[in-house]
Amino acid sequence: MDMTLTEHHKTLVVKIIGELDHHYATRIRETIDIEIKDKDIRLLIFDLSALEFMDSSGIGVIMGRLRLMKQQGGKVCVAGAKDSLNKIICLSGLSGLIGIYHSVEEAMKGGQVA
Amino acid sequence: MKDFINLEFPSKSSYESFARATVGAFAARLDPTIEELSDIKTAVSEAVTNAVVHGYRGKEGMIYITCALEGRELTVEVTDQGSGIRDVEEARQPLFTTKPEEERSGMGFTIMETFMDSLTVDSAPEKGTKVVMKKVLSTMEA
Ligand SMILES: Nc1ncnc2c1ncn2[C@@H]1O[C@H](COP(=O)(O)OP(=O)(O)OP(=O)(O)O)[C@@H](O)[C@H]1O
Ligand SMILES: [Mg+2]
Repeated sequence: MDMTLTEHHKTLVVKIIGELDHHYATRIRETIDIEIKDKDIRLLIFDLSALEFMDSSGIGVIMGRLRLMKQQGGKVCVAGAKDSLNKIICLSGLSGLIGIYHSVEEAMKGGQVA
Repeated sequence: MKDFINLEFPSKSSYESFARATVGAFAARLDPTIEELSDIKTAVSEAVTNAVVHGYRGKEGMIYITCALEGRELTVEVTDQGSGIRDVEEARQPLFTTKPEEERSGMGFTIMETFMDSLTVDSAPEKGTKVVMKKVLSTMEA
C-alpha cells in the first residue's frame, strides 16, 4: 500500500495505491485525519483508480472519514473504483451515502459544496 | 488423490495479504474469471481479518486455512482457537459488529456470504471459530 495526499482549496484528494486491508487501515486513517483537521477540508475525494484490492476494512475507513467530514460540514466522494471494488462499495450501502464518480475531475465538479 | 493445501500462520495483520494471495494462487488452477478470483480473495481476507481482530484480539495465536478442490468446487476453511462467538445468528446479520469503535462496519460475514456460494460458521465461546466457504467456479467457454 502506498498513498499520496493532494490538497487544494480545502479539497483533499487521497490516492490509495495497491491493497487496502486491516493491516494498512490505521495508517491510512491517521494520515487522512490529521490533514482533514489541519487544512479544514470540505471535500474529501478517495481516488481508488490505482487500488487493486479492498475489503471491509476499507469500507470502515471510508465510513469513518464520512462521519468526521459530516461534523466539519464537508462531503466525501469515491472516484475511479474498479468493478471489483464497486461490488463491495454497493453491498455495504456506501453508494447511498457518498458520491461515486468515474474520475477525480468528475468528483471535483459533482462534489462541490455550493 | 484430492487436491488440497494447509496453511498455518500467526495471528498478525501482516499475514492477511499473504493468506488471500495464497488461496488465490491455489484457486487459479481452475482458471477462474477475474471476478471469481477477486470474490475469493475478498472472502478469505474477511475471514482471516475476523480471526485476527475478533478471535485473538491482538493476543498470540495461530490461524489455520485448508483449501480443497473437488471438480470445479473450491472449499476454504479458516479456523482460529480464539474467543469464539456467543450468538452466530446475530453475528451474521448485516451491519452487526461488536467493534464499532475500531471502525468495523459489520459487513464481513455478509461479504463472505454474497461472494461465495455458501458459508457455514461453527463457533463456541472460548474455543474458537471455524468458517467454511464454498464456491463452484464457472466452466470456461471454448
Ligand atoms: N473469528 C471470530 N472470532 C470471534 N468473533 C468473531 C469472529 N468472526 C466474527 N466475529 C464476531 O462477529 C461479528 C460480525 O463479524 P463481521 O465480519 O460480519 O463484522 P465485523 O468484523 O464486526 O466488521 P467488518 O467485517 O465489516 O469490518 C464481529 O463483530 C464479531 O463480534
Ligand atoms: Mg469482519
